Amino acid sequence: MIIYGVGILSGCYLLGQFLGICLGNWLGIDANIGGVGFSMILLIWVTDWARRRDLLRVPSEQGIFFWSLMYIPIIIAMSATQNVFAAFSEGWLALLAGVLPTILLFLTIPALVRLLAR
Amino acid sequence: MIMEIVSKHLAANGLIVAFFIVALLSWLCSVVSLRVFRGKVPGAALAIASGLLLAFLGGKYSGGGKGIADLAGLSGFALLGSGMLRDFAVVATAMGSSLEEMRKTGWIGIASLVLGVFLSFFPAVLIAFAFGYRDAVSLTTIGAGACTFIVGPVTGAALGADSTVIALSIGAGVFKSVFVTMATPLLGRHIGLSSPAAAMAYGGLMGTTSGVTAGLAATNPALVPYGAMTSTFATGVGCLLCPSICFFLVQWLTNY
Repeated sequence: MIIYGVGILSGCYLLGQFLGICLGNWLGIDANIGGVGFSMILLIWVTDWARRRDLLRVPSEQGIFFWSLMYIPIIIAMSATQNVFAAFSEGWLALLAGVLPTILLFLTIPALVRLLAR
Repeated sequence: MIMEIVSKHLAANGLIVAFFIVALLSWLCSVVSLRVFRGKVPGAALAIASGLLLAFLGGKYSGGGKGIADLAGLSGFALLGSGMLRDFAVVATAMGSSLEEMRKTGWIGIASLVLGVFLSFFPAVLIAFAFGYRDAVSLTTIGAGACTFIVGPVTGAALGADSTVIALSIGAGVFKSVFVTMATPLLGRHIGLSSPAAAMAYGGLMGTTSGVTAGLAATNPALVPYGAMTSTFATGVGCLLCPSICFFLVQWLTNY
């Protein structure tokens, strides 16, 4: 059943985000550290385990795939709700402080990729 | 009369309205991508860029802080584009990605996270200094904003920064997110962004989860889970380093 896949995804999401909040809390900061990352690892583990035991049928998998394909539409909606106007009204300092360091980051990537290739 | 009924109807079905408009926008952008750009600019990149443009117009005409979601009848965008649904869908993309790939990138992932914070923070502090800011608290808050638009206000609140400086740091973070979104599909091929390992290093360096996931979605959707995996740690690392080590360094430099 499709809802089983959605249920597995929801369970992994809730537990992973909770771990992220706990980690932030433990380090004394008011932020979620790696919640999405923990959820992803949980989902990979759980689905891999279930597949090996033949517990994950195709319809259940589709409940997860549906949401992974909804990802781009959700990102489009997210872009449309960013506070872009306020960013522009903050003027040049906000623009330069946001963009110039990022150009530097882009320039660093080829070096990191070369390090990875070794 | 009829307008009143229509706007009530749209408001009552917000999420469905958002589904419909995003679908329409995606279709329009894929047609433009094929006909005008001959497939050279991905439809997803165009759709995300037009989303940002709509957000600008929405903010301008409504005066609110949630882009197009502040316009009457379009409030459903706030739910469809919320952090909750975004994270839920990002987690779903992990289906079929390889834990082995993620493990291989281990130390580069961690190095890219720390490097990403420092390389965003210090240049932004210099820029703020050039604009006349001299106190360590404001300089640190603006530098933190260059990490992500969450690190800025969290750091500013921790250090007791002025609210205009906090707004400025959020603005810097939003510009970063927009820039990463737009620049990744254009630069991706030239900087070797073609393997899961490279995507993980990129995610850690850039840090902004919204920028990274939107940028990768427009470049190569298969790389999204890898970039998201490291970038999800970046805001936490930034919130950890900026009000502590980075602040002490800035304080020491400004006293010098």
